[in-house]
Amino acid sequence: MSAGGPAGTGRGADDGMPAQPSSSRLVGTLGLLSVVAGVFIVLVHAWAQPRIEAHQREELRLAIEEVLGEPQRYETRWIRDGRLLDSLPAGADSSAASPVYAGFDANGRLVGYAIPGQRSGYQDVVRLIFGYDPDHGKVLGMKVLESKETPGLGAKITSDSAFIHGFDGVETPIEGVKHPARDAHQVDMITGATISSTTVISIINERLDAVGPVLANAGTRPAGAAGAPGPRAAGQATRGGDR
Amino acid sequence: MSEKSGGDIFLRGVWEENPVLIQILGLCPTLAVTNTVENAIAMALATAFVLVGSSGLVSLVRKLIPDQVRISAYILIIATFVTVVDLLMAAVAPSVSKALGPFVPLIVVNCMILGRAEAFASKNPFFPSILDAAGTASGFAVALLMMGGVRELLGSGSLLGLHVLPGSWEPWVIMILPPGGFLTLGVILMGLSWWWGRGQKADETARPRRWPHGVREPEERAA
Repeated sequence: MSAGGPAGTGRGADDGMPAQPSSSRLVGTLGLLSVVAGVFIVLVHAWAQPRIEAHQREELRLAIEEVLGEPQRYETRWIRDGRLLDSLPAGADSSAASPVYAGFDANGRLVGYAIPGQRSGYQDVVRLIFGYDPDHGKVLGMKVLESKETPGLGAKITSDSAFIHGFDGVETPIEGVKHPARDAHQVDMITGATISSTTVISIINERLDAVGPVLANAGTRPAGAAGAPGPRAAGQATRGGDR
Repeated sequence: MSEKSGGDIFLRGVWEENPVLIQILGLCPTLAVTNTVENAIAMALATAFVLVGSSGLVSLVRKLIPDQVRISAYILIIATFVTVVDLLMAAVAPSVSKALGPFVPLIVVNCMILGRAEAFASKNPFFPSILDAAGTASGFAVALLMMGGVRELLGSGSLLGLHVLPGSWEPWVIMILPPGGFLTLGVILMGLSWWWGRGQKADETARPRRWPHGVREPEERAA
């Protein structure tokens, strides 16, 4: 016992207690306290966990709708062994597959796929989701889901609307430039945040290298009974005069 | 323990013995999460919950816990409250919880909380302990809001996310980065030190009028 000891503290509890409590008393006190704390945390966790998961699902839903330009509805698809699957076989290892989200317009036609991706940025992993139209080879939109980039500089990848909207309709593969983007492949990077900007562009290019061909082969496979792959209405998301 | 009224116990933590501005405790969250007023408020509320909850509980069980394991027991109590507040924030305010990131779990090691448990709650009845914790929590909130207000105003030109400075204002990005926290705290402490030192002789200005409760004067310590 160091630091003063009970004598100086004026605690009433020490009166009836032996000078040196038994080890079992010490262990018992801490053990009992741990059990009570554990039960309490489990109860709170049981209450909070469904709400936390609901927030995460809601966040993902909003992000998918944003990067696909408000589709009528979307469905989860899986990419596994270079093939696009409507659902994972029962019991399949979901870590070997990656999800993409297929968005459909009011007529049941495919608008594009929302594809999540991640990579190390300037400080920590940047996680984002982007919309991709495989027929035209264009990105429809991009939204950063999680980043810890420098506030005021790299963090602009989540807030700078000029940068974010630079991805709307850009053709792939994307090239980041420091001057006004002139080509349909180019995106303006953020001044003072080159690494963060490049990270976002690399994530999209890397993911498209991996899944772009798979999605292109899958074509415009309809969700329900809509038509076979073929020319689609070209009225959406094309930037006039860019080509 | 000198007899003090509830109001005195509360106010002591807010100003005279302000945990950040006088005792210079809890600087990790003070420097890390005060880049916006919103983060400062959230951190102040989370810390207040843990501080009041754990001080109250420590006071209630103070006669049951053997002296030899009291620190472990206090940390266990504090850690439980922190885990609970972390889960509650993630469930109720996910965006704030994301902004504070690892600093909510780190409330466990905020020495201010263990300090109140050991220095006050372990020796005092329930209600004075609650008041003492609430006073310290309020003092912590005052300090965080001062820091958050200055840093958000200069670093982003806004307060609580609303733009209050004209568009021609070029934000001082450094203020919302870690160095801005050190600069702001240094300037605030310098200002307060001057304010407390007014009218005193030069050799007395360097320290506050009174040492925090329970801390001995330096001469006394040297003796």
